[in-house]
Amino acid sequence: MIVIVDYGVGNLRSVYNKLKRIGIAAEISSDPSVISKADKIILPGVGHFRNGMNKLREYGLVDLLNHRVLTEKIPVFGICLGVQLFTKRSEEGDCEGLGWIDAETIKFVIPQAEKTKFKVPHIGWNSVSVIKESILFKNVDPAELFYFVHSYHLKCNDKQVELGNSNYAYDFVSCIEQGNIFGTQFHPEKSQDAGIQLFENFVKL
Amino acid sequence: MFRPRVIPVLLLKNLGLVKSVKFKNYNYIGDPINAVKLFNDLRADELVFLDILASKEQRTIQLSFVQKVGDECNMPFSVGGGIRTIADIKQILNAGAEKVIINSYAAENPEFIKQASMEFGSSTIVVSIDVKKNLFGKESTYTLGGTKSTPYNAVDFAKLMEEKGAGELIINSIEKDGTMEGYDLNLTKKVSEAVTVPVIACGGAGTYAHLHEGIKSYASAVAAGSMFIYHGPRKAVLINYPSKEDLQKIFST
Repeated sequence: MIVIVDYGVGNLRSVYNKLKRIGIAAEISSDPSVISKADKIILPGVGHFRNGMNKLREYGLVDLLNHRVLTEKIPVFGICLGVQLFTKRSEEGDCEGLGWIDAETIKFVIPQAEKTKFKVPHIGWNSVSVIKESILFKNVDPAELFYFVHSYHLKCNDKQVELGNSNYAYDFVSCIEQGNIFGTQFHPEKSQDAGIQLFENFVKL
Repeated sequence: MFRPRVIPVLLLKNLGLVKSVKFKNYNYIGDPINAVKLFNDLRADELVFLDILASKEQRTIQLSFVQKVGDECNMPFSVGGGIRTIADIKQILNAGAEKVIINSYAAENPEFIKQASMEFGSSTIVVSIDVKKNLFGKESTYTLGGTKSTPYNAVDFAKLMEEKGAGELIINSIEKDGTMEGYDLNLTKKVSEAVTVPVIACGGAGTYAHLHEGIKSYASAVAAGSMFIYHGPRKAVLINYPSKEDLQKIFST
């Protein structure tokens, strides 16, 4: 069973709906006993980093998620704020994250000359250049565009973690992969067919 | 490559889809859920739903409706209409919306935008700014479906909303609404230049060339109602949207 972790931030239903549309039964839950039994976990999220971490703590999920992902190594997929929470810390609310990957979450810094053209948040459709072989992008046309909504992005200290980049005034890491840990800054659940393919690839892992 | 968004704006009145001219003369178009299905097939980038009577009638857009849209909608969508509390926003997001749009209450209580963006993150909070000149030619922003003027002009209000944490601004020209004669490009440009958050141009688009002009005036995205709802000089109702190839062409220069 795939469990979509409910930690009190929006956007859970759209992930659930998208999975349902491709015939995958997922469960939205914040219940530790349900998360303990999950085969795979999706950590979605839209919102403020500090708020997200606080909610994970409040729901008593941090130790459990650490155990499931780092010790038991079940596949986990972070989306948007979800993948940002995998990092060591974020500039948003100057807050420590789960620290599963050697990366940080930093604010977009658009060069002065580009500021009328590249507004923050980065909202809209953008391409992704995948830089290493990954099962996640199997059967995804490199020309596909994905849907982004974010003001902060990942900066990987460990370059091995980087799976792909996108460009918005400059190149930034838009997806990561480290063993059983996957994540995208963009929203597969909002990215039409290419997004569905990504979910299908994750489900088949 | 980043491609600007092209966003159909769907107006709701008593849960039916309508379209206005200059915020008046509402014409009944059809069933909104059916429109969602058509825009799914046409692969629209994003949809905006506005319940135009909600604030006036002191209620919030119906949640069961938002949920229905969420279940059907294959693309991101945002929702506005009478939002006044953090709980309203939470419920709308839980129903599947990507973002919420706040208009009347943002002018009434700008601090609310701060609270909302702290709680949900800036990128979830969109402020819609309706702009019109009064009888003496003085521009100001309006609330309650264009019926109540505020003390703010467009640029000042846009800056205030950015400062409070709005992640995106829809700049809607009331005078251009439904005319299909092109955006108020001066308005789009002066607001876009004044803020660092994305601005969505709205009101007046009738052709692909208009969409292109909007982006050239520094809008980050372009929205339209009539253009995606009507077809031909007699304004027959026909849901339409540029193809992938058309979109590439529109924004290639």
